[in-house]
Amino acid sequence: MNDATDNLIEIRDLDYTRGRRQIFRGLNITIKRGQITAIMGPSGTGKTTLLSLITRQLRPDRGSIVVDGIDVSALNQKELYRFRRRFGMLFQNGALLTDLSVFENVAFPLREHTKLPNRLIRHIVLTKLHAVGLRGAADMMPSELSGGMARRIALARAMVMDPDILIYDEPFVGLDPISMGVIVRLVRQMNDALGISSILVSHDVQEIAAVADCSYLIADGKVAASGSPDELSNTSSEVVKQFMHGMADGPVAFHYAAPNYAEQLLGRDVE
Amino acid sequence: MQQTRAVEFGTGLFVLLGLAALFFLTTQTTGNNAFSSGETYEVQAYFENVGSLKNRAPVSMSGVTIGRVTAVEFDPVSLEARVTFVIEQKYDQIPDDTDAAILTSGLLGSQYIGLQAGGSETYLEDGSEIDLPFTQSAIVLENLISKYLFSAGGEDDDE
Amino acid sequence: MFRELYYTFVEFLRTFGALQLFFLRLLSHSPYIIVRRFGLVVHQVHNAGALSLVIIMVCGLFVGGVLGLQGYSNLSKFNAEDAVGAVAALGLIKELGPVITALLFSGRAGTALASEIGLMKATDQLSAMEMMAISPMQRVLVPRFLGGVISMPLLAAVFTVVGLFGAHLVGVTLLGVDAGAFWAQMQNAVEPGDVYEGIIKSTVFGVVASLLAVWEGYNAIPTAEGVGRATTRTVVITAISILILDFMITAISI
Repeated sequence: MNDATDNLIEIRDLDYTRGRRQIFRGLNITIKRGQITAIMGPSGTGKTTLLSLITRQLRPDRGSIVVDGIDVSALNQKELYRFRRRFGMLFQNGALLTDLSVFENVAFPLREHTKLPNRLIRHIVLTKLHAVGLRGAADMMPSELSGGMARRIALARAMVMDPDILIYDEPFVGLDPISMGVIVRLVRQMNDALGISSILVSHDVQEIAAVADCSYLIADGKVAASGSPDELSNTSSEVVKQFMHGMADGPVAFHYAAPNYAEQLLGRDVE
Repeated sequence: MQQTRAVEFGTGLFVLLGLAALFFLTTQTTGNNAFSSGETYEVQAYFENVGSLKNRAPVSMSGVTIGRVTAVEFDPVSLEARVTFVIEQKYDQIPDDTDAAILTSGLLGSQYIGLQAGGSETYLEDGSEIDLPFTQSAIVLENLISKYLFSAGGEDDDE
Repeated sequence: MFRELYYTFVEFLRTFGALQLFFLRLLSHSPYIIVRRFGLVVHQVHNAGALSLVIIMVCGLFVGGVLGLQGYSNLSKFNAEDAVGAVAALGLIKELGPVITALLFSGRAGTALASEIGLMKATDQLSAMEMMAISPMQRVLVPRFLGGVISMPLLAAVFTVVGLFGAHLVGVTLLGVDAGAFWAQMQNAVEPGDVYEGIIKSTVFGVVASLLAVWEGYNAIPTAEGVGRATTRTVVITAISILILDFMITAISI
């Protein structure tokens, strides 16, 4: 691996448009090796889209994404699949394969990509399940799991191929406080114990403050602010303040763009 | 593991059943296998008109099917229809002056060849031919009607 | 008005072309899956074929029985009850077997395929596979497509044979047609070409019904509503395509 730089992912001047909406214009983000980087922003700012762009499930209109010295947009299909094997990704709701048991879900990448003997696969899978504390659930089906458990299983699956980069898409959404605490602990543990880098997309300010080394706040298609969580909450920027402290109105308006209220009520704009 | 075995068993059973059904359809519902196994010999007959006689129509003698039509063609030399049919080898003592007629089963049924035994002491064999005086063409309904109409019309003129 | 019509037409052509390309992609991945991952296909033959067997057999029995009844009551006007076997066999082998099987297949297996794939998409399972560097095309779509293609002719054959049995049950056992005459008339009337026509039809229907089910599922809008709509569209589009194709194949083979 190239250790000359500790920048793992460099995103430069990224533009991306979906339909008529321009989601990113001139986005610049640098993600450091070995850290937990959080990407925050109000709903609908394209946080999940950014993850899709980094792993090239989508292609940018303009700009470059370089991961560990590899220009993502230059990869062909075969190289892309080899590239993706360096990632582990945790989807919002786990995205476990519904027709396979928990054990088979975690074993799935191993069975598809390697020719390891069954005994070794069993060993690896049980180790990973143990790491997320769900070795006892190996024989359950995904439909029998709670939301938090499903996410932990998905985390075990994301780790099973020993990735360099773990990506979490909204890992805290819709969890009870205990499950949330468990996930926060796991994110930190995985990152430090395995020496990998983590990217975390979320809008749960407190959890991010507890776990992230560095965070970016995206608003309006650009990086509105960046720095450690403490730096962000003490900033003077109105947008950042509104987001970090959860204020209803501010630069991100409470009202969606609409015609003049009085005129519309009085029906003057209806012709 | 148990589940995988059940899936494999069910699939195997299904495919086997499907193949058995296909086999049944191709062998039991069609008549083509009736003479495919046994030995046959081939005879040709010339007719003025074969009507709507088709390939694989039965050839029967005294009401018993003993063979099948294998080809219906027009012979450009004799300007007649040439019908080729096969007869099972076990019926090898059919006189060679046998009459062949194209008959219809029922009023609107399909046509078949009926053989009427002659008195000769030599028998039909592979490559034998039955020629005109011994063959009787199909009765075509339209010809029959027009014949009747014209003869009736002629009588009208006479009166 | 004309502009709208024009755009609808262009959109139709675009979708149709995309469907063809999708079909080619399925075909190009098929040999690899057949040779290296046949277990996946076996699993889908089970889902599409073995699990549809009961409904196919029940429907076949009754369709055959109705043919026996109708054939008998109409043919007896001409004193030709013996031909009931021929009538039922020709109807089942050439038309009803392949067509009804395909319609039932799209209702039972096609909707299951479309909603399963649509749900996998809606719950990010397909994206998750992509991220695990596993091609959903190979792992999910191709085995399901091939499972349907393999199952359809077998299901149609089972339907037809059970239907013949049903016709026999009604014609011979219930209404007293002579069993020998029943089968002899059938064997006289049915030619090998008829059976091949039926097999060709059900194979074509198998390709079309599986392709449309997989396509609709894969292109479903990834929401609960979108998956529901994809399931409905699968049945409607498959039924229309199959009836049109049935007419075309029959026209060619006559």
